[in-house]
Amino acid sequence: MALSPFRLAWQDSRGMRRRLALYISAMALGVAALVAIRSFGINLERAVEEQSKEVFGSDLEVRRSASFPDSTEALLDSLRDETGATVVREASFPSMARFPAAAGGEGRARLVQIRALSGPYPLYGRARTTPARAADRLGRDTTGALVDATLLLQMEAAVGDSVQVGGRSYPIVGRVDGVPGQTDIGGLVGPRVYLPLASLDSTLLGFGSRVNFTAQYRFPDEAAALAVVPERLEAADVRFETAGEEQQEVTEATGYLTRFLSLVGFVALLLGGIGVASSVSVYVAEKAETVATLRCLGVSSTRVLATYALQALALGFVGAACGALLGVIVQRVLPLVFAGFLPVDVANDIIPRALAEGLGVGLAAALLFALFPLVSVRRVPPLRALRDDARATGTDPLRWLIGVLLLAAVAGFAYLQTRSLVGAAAFVGGTAGVFALLALAAVVVRGVVARVVRPGLPWAWRQGLANLHAPGNQTLVLLLTMGLGVFLVLALGLVQRSILDQVALPSQDTEAADVVLFDVQSDQRDSLRQLVRSQGLPVVDEVPLVSMRIAAIDGVPVDTLKERADDSFAGRQGGPERWTLTREYRSTYRAATVETETVTAGEFRGTVAPDAAVVPVSLETEIALDLDVGLGSRITWDIAGAEIESVVTSLREVDWARVQPNFFAVFPVGPLDAAPQTAMLLTRAGTPERSARLQSAVVEAFPNVSAVDVRLVLALVDRVLGRVAFVLRFMALFAVLTGLVVLAGAVRVALAQRTREAVVLRTLGASRAQVRRILLAEYALLGLLAALVGGILAVAGAWGLAHFAFEIPFRPDLTWLAWALVVVPALTALVGLAGSRGALRQPPLAVLRAEG
Amino acid sequence: MTGPVLSTRDLTKTFSNAGRDLTVLDGVSFDVEPGATCAIIGPSGSGKTTLLGLCAGLDRPTRGTVRLAGTDLGPLDEDARAALRAASVGFVFQSFRLLPTLTAAENVAIPLDLRGESGARATALDLLDRVGLADRAGHYPTQLSGGEQQRVALARAFSGRPALLFADEPTGNLDAETGARVEALLFDLNREAGTALIVVTHDPELAARCEQVVSLRAGRVVAPEDAALSAPPEPADRPADPA
Repeated sequence: MALSPFRLAWQDSRGMRRRLALYISAMALGVAALVAIRSFGINLERAVEEQSKEVFGSDLEVRRSASFPDSTEALLDSLRDETGATVVREASFPSMARFPAAAGGEGRARLVQIRALSGPYPLYGRARTTPARAADRLGRDTTGALVDATLLLQMEAAVGDSVQVGGRSYPIVGRVDGVPGQTDIGGLVGPRVYLPLASLDSTLLGFGSRVNFTAQYRFPDEAAALAVVPERLEAADVRFETAGEEQQEVTEATGYLTRFLSLVGFVALLLGGIGVASSVSVYVAEKAETVATLRCLGVSSTRVLATYALQALALGFVGAACGALLGVIVQRVLPLVFAGFLPVDVANDIIPRALAEGLGVGLAAALLFALFPLVSVRRVPPLRALRDDARATGTDPLRWLIGVLLLAAVAGFAYLQTRSLVGAAAFVGGTAGVFALLALAAVVVRGVVARVVRPGLPWAWRQGLANLHAPGNQTLVLLLTMGLGVFLVLALGLVQRSILDQVALPSQDTEAADVVLFDVQSDQRDSLRQLVRSQGLPVVDEVPLVSMRIAAIDGVPVDTLKERADDSFAGRQGGPERWTLTREYRSTYRAATVETETVTAGEFRGTVAPDAAVVPVSLETEIALDLDVGLGSRITWDIAGAEIESVVTSLREVDWARVQPNFFAVFPVGPLDAAPQTAMLLTRAGTPERSARLQSAVVEAFPNVSAVDVRLVLALVDRVLGRVAFVLRFMALFAVLTGLVVLAGAVRVALAQRTREAVVLRTLGASRAQVRRILLAEYALLGLLAALVGGILAVAGAWGLAHFAFEIPFRPDLTWLAWALVVVPALTALVGLAGSRGALRQPPLAVLRAEG
Repeated sequence: MTGPVLSTRDLTKTFSNAGRDLTVLDGVSFDVEPGATCAIIGPSGSGKTTLLGLCAGLDRPTRGTVRLAGTDLGPLDEDARAALRAASVGFVFQSFRLLPTLTAAENVAIPLDLRGESGARATALDLLDRVGLADRAGHYPTQLSGGEQQRVALARAFSGRPALLFADEPTGNLDAETGARVEALLFDLNREAGTALIVVTHDPELAARCEQVVSLRAGRVVAPEDAALSAPPEPADRPADPA
């Protein structure tokens, strides 16, 4: 055992251990991300399982978008009596709520989600309220209302005030801080007011309203009940869902989420792996003489490889273990990151399985990525000990084998995460594609910069630039790792910006409407218009809404078309898609097109005689495609039981992204004037105060009319998008940090060479400041290139996402790019200079001492 | 310039190691006139490298003075000494010390670039031509043989037109034939440029070509014959290599 690889490995690593540890730690962040996400995922899955009843709220729920017919009511009652179930009934719908005491007695109003309850809600778990005992009044109180905490805050109202919904006023008996199964994000979108079902203003459930009715069951013997009840409901053609189905859906959704995030974490691990491979190749080059000496002394090439592989394995283990520990810490942060998205409380249990998986994946990645450059030590000729220029020639089949193994391992991991071959192929292809593009962009940008600017630059900058493409440089690797980090963060930011710009555009337009009043009954239109004007506000537009369904297309009844649509799932082409046949169309009529639409075919007809036998109609281009109709097609519409015949005379392209009332079908003025309808009235308040005053006045005079403040909607979109982007950016952060660690590792690996260069330059008469300027130039340029390459790709990627995925015009916010171009080079230069301090400290005398 | 280009007086260097003082250079005084050639010889550990380091201002003496190109190094700080080197000193090392990230021409241009002089590249190409490497200007050091690298190093040493050139075992890493070529080039360039040359060497033939020989033994200047004929045993208590 005189020269076992173990002993050799240990002895050989003397003086290098700290340096090696740094670059192996590039793996740690990726492992941390994997362990954290996996542990969080398992905890989340357990929580969903344990709290599935709270999440769903009942054992079984029957749902309908209109009140239950008598036959169903009878069935629901008999099921309750037979099973001995506890039942909660609910009607939920959007409506205006007015808080008369808010804003110093002036009153405030806004659109809320009403949950009118009857029965001991919630059937599972318990709501968190202030005061706590107010929770007992949910669904059981006959007079009082409970209100979401965020809404009270917004409306500057408090428990003890009153809230007015429809024609009735309710004392606020409690504040709701949380209800099992509901997410905070949901509350943001539609803040909830809980009312007693029995004392609801019944006019709110009338014409034009959008109410969902549910009956929730909790069975004393769930298994027995579920053996019978679903069958009877199905037989009666009643829609229902059970807690088990819901749990499965939630588990699937959270599974997708955590597996997607794991892939993002895996990207960080891959980046770390590339860093390791690059560092190891520099290390191997430096070790060539040692290896040659060992070979001269008679150590076999396999034993040499084993020696270095053991070093890599040991360091990989240390890196992965550190990463796993870090992962446990990150795991504690994740519930905060996801705050608002999750319907359950997630525990922070340490999951041994996740730790083991993270360790295994990290160790395997470290070993494979290290082996890729490491196998070349087998081929260092012993002659190298005598002659510097002795090198191995030809290609190494083992190296190719390891390359293939690496690719297979990446594909395998991606398959485990996506559970689909296509998904795995997409991940491998996508990652390889981005890497290849980054590498290509890096080569091009580097070449261009080197050629174009070189002669005019000051000397230090030329030296820094020369270092970037000198032999043995790590430029490509660093551009790859840091560029990918920049790419991920920037692309996300740019897309988010484009979406926000898109929805925010109308509000910047000083003429556009910012408050929409809808559900206006025909007989309310005149007085509502007067009320708006009495507040000194303009009526920007009035849009009539007529609800209708399709009865027939080209004479073929809708039921026949539905059957054909069902058949077409089996492979038949053509015909309307099913959803276009079942939906309710809210259409309008007017004399001309509006600015958000362009006629692409035919001619828009603005007016026809009220008694026209066939009415010309204009369809939106996409819905025409889905309906499989074109110019000249005949569509029969059912408007509250009366049928009207229409012919498609024009097609319009509609910019849906604008916050404007837009429609699939637009009719001419005349034929629909007398049809049952509601109206939307658009006005411009200009300021939040005027908007609040208007809403308050409107809801007081017209309880059934709802108001939406476009500014609030935009703010909401901003907040929701912001939270989603935050989660994504949090994961992208691991890639960015890994990029920085790889940079620090590369700086450290290059330190020996940098020190030699610095010492020679100092001996030749360069000042410390000159050497520092060269280093500063090199790293700042590297950062600039990484920011450029990542930035260019990010702009391209964001454009692609905006153009193809979101179909919105791309408006790059160049301040993001500008920031990247400043921050990344500064950060890189900082890390580079900090890591190279040792090179500057070395006295120039060392140049002589190191001589033979 | 009048007077010697290099002048040392009572140059002494003492290292403290584990509470013991070790004097590696003891009262060395000598002058080198402009354009002269001088060899510093002596066995390993006799203080040759220490003397060279002190003369070039790479290190500070414990006692004594060095005047380099008419300037007393004593009061100068490290950056001022670096500036003096940039202005007046050239270097040739045993293991060449080319910067691996720069091409041959860029390496040769360093001294001129350090002073911010224009036309550095043209001068560099001229010098490369002079050492017979005009066609290798764009090559990196790793793409050159040892002899070629040392010729690039020679070109670099002379490119700044230094008053004084220090060469540390310039042929030590080269085979005899290449060594002889490099040696010839060194003396030719010295003659043409009027540069004073100070060579540290083990090689008696190289030393014999110099007009002046400083022979060291155990840190003191001795008569050349003594040092050349009988090398004493290595001192057991040499200071630890600071590098």
